Amino acid sequence: MRSPLEQLRVYIEREMGVSAVQITIRWFARLRERTGRSQETVSVEPGRTVEDLARAMEERYPGMRLLSGGIRVARNRRYSGFATKLEDGDEIAFFPPVGGG
Amino acid sequence: MKKRFAITEDPISLDEVSAMVADPAYGAVTIFQGIVRNRTGARAVDHLEYEAYPEMAEEVMAQVAQEVHDRWPEIGKVAIVHRIGKLGVGEVALVAAVSAPHREPTYEALQFVVNKVKESVPIWKKEVWEDGEAWIEGPEDRGRAVA
Repeated sequence: MRSPLEQLRVYIEREMGVSAVQITIRWFARLRERTGRSQETVSVEPGRTVEDLARAMEERYPGMRLLSGGIRVARNRRYSGFATKLEDGDEIAFFPPVGGG
Repeated sequence: MKKRFAITEDPISLDEVSAMVADPAYGAVTIFQGIVRNRTGARAVDHLEYEAYPEMAEEVMAQVAQEVHDRWPEIGKVAIVHRIGKLGVGEVALVAAVSAPHREPTYEALQFVVNKVKESVPIWKKEVWEDGEAWIEGPEDRGRAVA
């Protein structure tokens, strides 16, 4: 039995003739509380950007805002912009303004 | 030797952080401790809950230290240790230390380190009061619950 994620990957590869891009998303602080998880893995079409991923997540979690409210994004542990293209194996973190100390 | 840029769930030892930046050539070690305060505005704080993106936080701490070395070449070593998890009033959340042959550049460099930690290291805190809680977001909240 394939997981829904695996089914999606197989679908993208079969229908589009391209390899799906696997992304690990990490959630922190109030976004972790909102999504109910600290990380998840998703498949996206090649050529997609962080912004595309953010929009998809806003749809998955209604009411959650990633493209406004000062949400920061990190790609592979470095601050990144929303226009950045996603690559297979990327770790994308979304988080609210930081406030340590 | 413990890591000089670290996220930890354990109480922070001031002596250990001081030792991380010590060197026979450095006559000055300046240290900042951020401590959980009992009030924020009119509300009594029961405790704070800190969360981090640990792998990235430690990398950003190292980048902050590199900026210090670029701006103040006299600075010898920098150490930054932040505790996460549930911290009660009076507990130490952050210890930052800088060392140099002489004291003059250490104060300004340490101020820079602490400001940068608050602005750019991926750490979040939730204030928990007797009757509620809230995430404290962004440097505009600087100094509310911690010195």
